[in-house]
Amino acid sequence: MTDILSITPRPSMAAGKTLLDVKNLVTEFPLRTGIFKAVNDISFSIEPGKTLCVVGESGSGKSVTARSILQIIDSPGRIASGSIILNRQDGTSVDLARLDPRSKAIRAVRGRDIAMIFQEPMSSLSPVHTVGDQITEVLRLHLNMNKAQARKEAAELLRQVEIPNPEQALDRYAFQYSGGMRQRAMIAMALACKPQLLIADEPTTALDVTTQAEILDLIKRLQQTTGMAVLFITHDMGVVAQIADDVLVMHHGVIKEYGPVDQIFHTPKDPYTKMLIGSVLKLEQKAEIRLARPPLDTTAEPILDIRNLSMHFGEMKALNDVSIALLPGETLGIVGESGSGKTTLGRSIMRLYDPASGEMHYRRADGRVVDLARLEGRELKAARRELRMVFQDPFGSLNPRMTVAQVIGEPLLVNGLSKGKELDERVCHLMDQVGLDPAGRERYPHAFSGGQRQRIGIARAITLNPRIIVADEATSALDVSVRFQVLDLLMRLQDELKLAYIFISHDIGVIRYMCDRVGVMYRGRLVEVGEADKVCNNPDHPYTQALISAIPRPDPRDRDRSKRFRYIEPSPHIDPSNVKNRSSAR
Amino acid sequence: MLKFIIKRLLWMIPSLFAVSFLAFVLIQLPPGDFVTTYIATLASSNEVVDQNTAAALRERFGLDQSMLVQYLKWIWGILSRGDFGISFEWQQPVSGLIWERMALTLVLALASLIATWAIALPIGVYSAVKKYSIGDYAFTAFTFFGLSIPSFLLALVLMYIAAVEFGADVGGLFSPEYETAPWSIAKTLDLLSRLWLPVAILAVSSTASLIRVMRANMLDELPKPYVTTARAKGLSEFRLLIKYPLRIALNPFISTIAWLLPNLISGSVVVAIVLNLPTAAPLLLQALMAQDMYLAGAFVLLICALTLIGSLISDILLALVDPRIRLE
Repeated sequence: MTDILSITPRPSMAAGKTLLDVKNLVTEFPLRTGIFKAVNDISFSIEPGKTLCVVGESGSGKSVTARSILQIIDSPGRIASGSIILNRQDGTSVDLARLDPRSKAIRAVRGRDIAMIFQEPMSSLSPVHTVGDQITEVLRLHLNMNKAQARKEAAELLRQVEIPNPEQALDRYAFQYSGGMRQRAMIAMALACKPQLLIADEPTTALDVTTQAEILDLIKRLQQTTGMAVLFITHDMGVVAQIADDVLVMHHGVIKEYGPVDQIFHTPKDPYTKMLIGSVLKLEQKAEIRLARPPLDTTAEPILDIRNLSMHFGEMKALNDVSIALLPGETLGIVGESGSGKTTLGRSIMRLYDPASGEMHYRRADGRVVDLARLEGRELKAARRELRMVFQDPFGSLNPRMTVAQVIGEPLLVNGLSKGKELDERVCHLMDQVGLDPAGRERYPHAFSGGQRQRIGIARAITLNPRIIVADEATSALDVSVRFQVLDLLMRLQDELKLAYIFISHDIGVIRYMCDRVGVMYRGRLVEVGEADKVCNNPDHPYTQALISAIPRPDPRDRDRSKRFRYIEPSPHIDPSNVKNRSSAR
Repeated sequence: MLKFIIKRLLWMIPSLFAVSFLAFVLIQLPPGDFVTTYIATLASSNEVVDQNTAAALRERFGLDQSMLVQYLKWIWGILSRGDFGISFEWQQPVSGLIWERMALTLVLALASLIATWAIALPIGVYSAVKKYSIGDYAFTAFTFFGLSIPSFLLALVLMYIAAVEFGADVGGLFSPEYETAPWSIAKTLDLLSRLWLPVAILAVSSTASLIRVMRANMLDELPKPYVTTARAKGLSEFRLLIKYPLRIALNPFISTIAWLLPNLISGSVVVAIVLNLPTAAPLLLQALMAQDMYLAGAFVLLICALTLIGSLISDILLALVDPRIRLE
């Protein structure tokens, strides 16, 4: 802790010792209507061996900042003014901001002095070149190695990032790797020339928490052995608290606050920083709306009772004998990592998939119980009106060629419930309900922000007065400040419309905030069900314990990672992720 | 992979049978047969053919038998002796007629294909990389002209200019003295000296569309994160363009091989007729009009076989260049 506090973050005070000095950087994008300053007059510095976290919500300019350093800003962006001084180990200095983006000088810095890893490890690697090819390329380019040397070195790099059988792994393609392995390969590629600075642009955002914890550990370890500095870009305050020495908070292209991590978390001065920290701490407890509610009637007959549900995709058991019940008015969380079967469960309930076996008893409003797994034709259609879904991607789940009024009104129209003026009135009312201005109903989805689009998706879901809503990662794509608004909206609607939610998420914080009970899924099985407080704070099953231990705590004073462990399944049985790997490796 | 190829090859056999039968039926569907057409042609020059002669002709050609028998005889001839029958109109074996034409068709098609790709691919890449530059706009304007001018019109205009302004003789692929001469170096040179005009005409519209396709493919690939990754490694702009986005943008072109081959025969009919080119397309058209069914049938069979072979080749090539397909 002491070494973190002893850092003097201001560039003026640490001049001469810094690795990278950014002063008054302005990066702008010319638009038809004028100039947009994505990064507006920011200054910061990075010292050798230290980690600077740049944190902010989408559109804050944090990625553009990182790309400005390497001059790889997407066209038509360009550095308008300011300087980026790189102080090399041999004593020479160069102002990266003055270099031409296509010049030899900047190309010599890229990949050699400063390397970068990106958010999406899948799309950041070429799909048609082997991983080995892409790693050896850097070595041959900057270090003039011959083919055999480069290959040997590449295998050594893969070993360093803990990829098993590095020799064979070199000849495989990115799509044959798992998500975590791809990011490891990216890191190996970035570290090939032993850079002094590693820029990591949201490198763990697309990964599961347990994988994220491993990648963060790996970066930390490599940093300790090589002494490189890390510029880490993220929107996750938990990650910041765990790894940062210094923190730079950005909002709309300007710096809101800049200082040592402990100061940012424990004595933040800027209101925006306070909001960011507050929103993370908010997820550490129950929502206020829920605290104000009377306790749930646990003796009521369940509205949905799932028994022994199984679903297979080929050999893989996506759902393996899942049994869980949903009470009226309850919010049931389903938590798990990617591939755990949580989305399959949601889609099976909607009967978007036909389950292989099992029953789903749904109690209709009139008290009649039907088995959703067996329903066909008109009965199924009627049931589907009462079970609706909210999707993860607020961009992909709205048809870009339909106006908002058409999107929201479509369920009414296709079910023949309403048309003409009456339809229009109902759409306006629905938009009011989800906090959107009905005046915008003739506009297309692209005119709305991510949070507003998710509200449109919610309005569409409640159009037919449903009784159960399955929300599949409904807030994962949203920024923290917007996330709460949407979560609170969902809870308000729950009170107004007497809804029961099945809330699927990978984010324990959101689950803790939102849910009454939680089911934890692991490889198609439900390993633990219980009260949200109990599961999130004091779980019984070792897998849940491992999952909770991997979540980065949003407190820089609590960095003990020795408690973290990976859950290894005790009994030998068919492992779905291995089955997938084996078949794709053929 | 081998299993896949063998399976596909075996599937081609029933497909070919089905298509050949269908083609045979389709050609016979219009009322009348070759003899009717033949009599009608003679009648237009005031020659009268009596019923007996017509019946004799029908018997000689085997047209008096039922369609199924005719088909089986034809297929049996192909299978047992490689005999595609005799063309009624030309009174020559069909296979001889076709092969003679196919060689020239192949030369012409390959020449225009190479010209098209050699011009269009670099321009397409340039247009995409320098999006909205003056060069891009100029090429875009050219491609719209190229796409909107019908190629037969271009052929007529170019022929007119070549003949009237330069006094060049541009019809056909050979000078009159070589038309029937056996192959020699002089004849080959003559062919090459006349090839440019049809190649240019055929290449213009396909170049134009190819530029657009290449530009769109590249524009799809250029903003992909793996391009940024390559740039962040310090690769030069040219090297990374060639190695990453271009490589992936080319994949869709491999699929086009599937219809390149059948296009050899049926493509560019109008241009071939206007320029009086001795290629397959005009012969096919003539055979269909005259209900010369063995000749037409053989052509349709060939088109079908080429389609199947073309798609097999493009599938194999795609699997070779794209590991995602290979390893599925």
